[in-house]
Amino acid sequence: MASTAQSIIDGTSVTRVERASTLGACGALLHRDFVLAWRRRGELFLPLLYAVIVAALFPFALGPDPELLVRIAGGVLLVIVILAMLPALESMFRADLEDGTLEQWLLAPQPLALLALTRVIAHWLTTVLPLIIVMPLLGALLNLPVKVLPVLIVALLLATPLLVLLGSVLSALAAGARRSGILMALMLLPLAVPVVIFAAGAIAAAQSGMPFIAPLTWLAAALILAIVLAPLACAAALKIAVES
Amino acid sequence: MSRSYLPHWVHWLGSPPNFYRFAGALRPWLMAVALVSAVIGLYGGLLLAPPDYQQGDAYRIIFIHVPSAWMSLFIYATMAVAGLVALVWRVKLAEVIAMECAPTGAAFTFITLVTGSLWGKPMWGTWWTWDARLTSELVLLFLYFGVIGLYNAFEDRRRGARAASLLALVGIVNLPIVHYSVQWWNTLHQGTTVNFLDPARSSIAPSMLWPLLVMALATHLYFFASLLGRTRTGLLSLESGKQWVRALVGGQPAQTTGAPT
Repeated sequence: MASTAQSIIDGTSVTRVERASTLGACGALLHRDFVLAWRRRGELFLPLLYAVIVAALFPFALGPDPELLVRIAGGVLLVIVILAMLPALESMFRADLEDGTLEQWLLAPQPLALLALTRVIAHWLTTVLPLIIVMPLLGALLNLPVKVLPVLIVALLLATPLLVLLGSVLSALAAGARRSGILMALMLLPLAVPVVIFAAGAIAAAQSGMPFIAPLTWLAAALILAIVLAPLACAAALKIAVES
Repeated sequence: MSRSYLPHWVHWLGSPPNFYRFAGALRPWLMAVALVSAVIGLYGGLLLAPPDYQQGDAYRIIFIHVPSAWMSLFIYATMAVAGLVALVWRVKLAEVIAMECAPTGAAFTFITLVTGSLWGKPMWGTWWTWDARLTSELVLLFLYFGVIGLYNAFEDRRRGARAASLLALVGIVNLPIVHYSVQWWNTLHQGTTVNFLDPARSSIAPSMLWPLLVMALATHLYFFASLLGRTRTGLLSLESGKQWVRALVGGQPAQTTGAPT
């Protein structure tokens, strides 16, 4: 309040102060999300545990034949990451809707889309990045060739933010619904298919020694498009979720 | 100011009781024309059109398959447009129309997949293949399911309709993928044989084309007739507490006002 008043008195530095306060709001939101995630850090390990368990089940189900595992490892890991992301995506905005935080977001002077994007970044850093960090371990479990591992990680670094952005729209849509367990998977699946196709295309190309840059650049292009458009759609969905 | 751009009848029709009566009057005619043209189209396609030089009589499934596939995209576009109107202008009627499109669209998409699968078995030797167009059509089916599921997950039907409308708008990115999939990826599914923009490039014989177009007309009219009927029932249940519905179902308006007239 004091800084705003000061800027009005100054008359010149208004825009600079306002920009700083927008960044400050995003910073505060990031900080809050990190603190909340840290206080419930036990929950952060559940997706990791899930991913390790599923990865360990595949050799049991398909037989521990190394050649077979080498062939399927990339695609299996991709699908495991997407499935492990799903439960957290569903509850991205639920708690905020229940305790009224979302109404404060709508009232805040900062653009709603920017706040939504901040939430997406915090969500990706807290729930998805750990999954990518343990990829070398999971890759070793499934005999993933070492030369494919960097491509898999780059593909995941591009594909998972894209999925979180898409998921943020769906999560905001489903926030006001009664039950949304399987609904989230049903809604995300159609939108995730192109992402999976390009990520898997890059992994398969790397595995057979072919150039793998093209699918990765497609993913990057889609990610840039989604960074611009998805927060706007997410903001529209949040408005629908809050009004009732 | 903006009100003057729309003719008066648009506002008149946007009111649920007026639309209810209008749809009730129009629906039997649409349905009758749809049935007649379906009979003509099927007769022309199944009996008059010559067998294909490569596929024999098996190709005749296109008279069901292709119009259904067109409908699966057309209904999605209709749903998205109605959803946009519902979201931007908050028109209650548009919400109902958008949501009543989804089950019919899902049904046409399902018919497309089933008939395509039945056709694929003798022609390609397989019921299903992970080809670009088949996969994108399956994705379209899941989009319809997502819209229906999201709509039904809300207690408040109007909020559910708005949320599902936004989902339909987000999912519209899939439509060009379905349409151009046979051109972008050279896969098992055959390319476009009917080209409306450039008839000279169409590679379908006129004797096969006209029954196909008549069937397309029949499916479009059937869709509109069924949409009008579904919207009527949707409006009745959404507005069930309103005066005009009470008057319609035979309860006297006196019940609500209590005034003996």
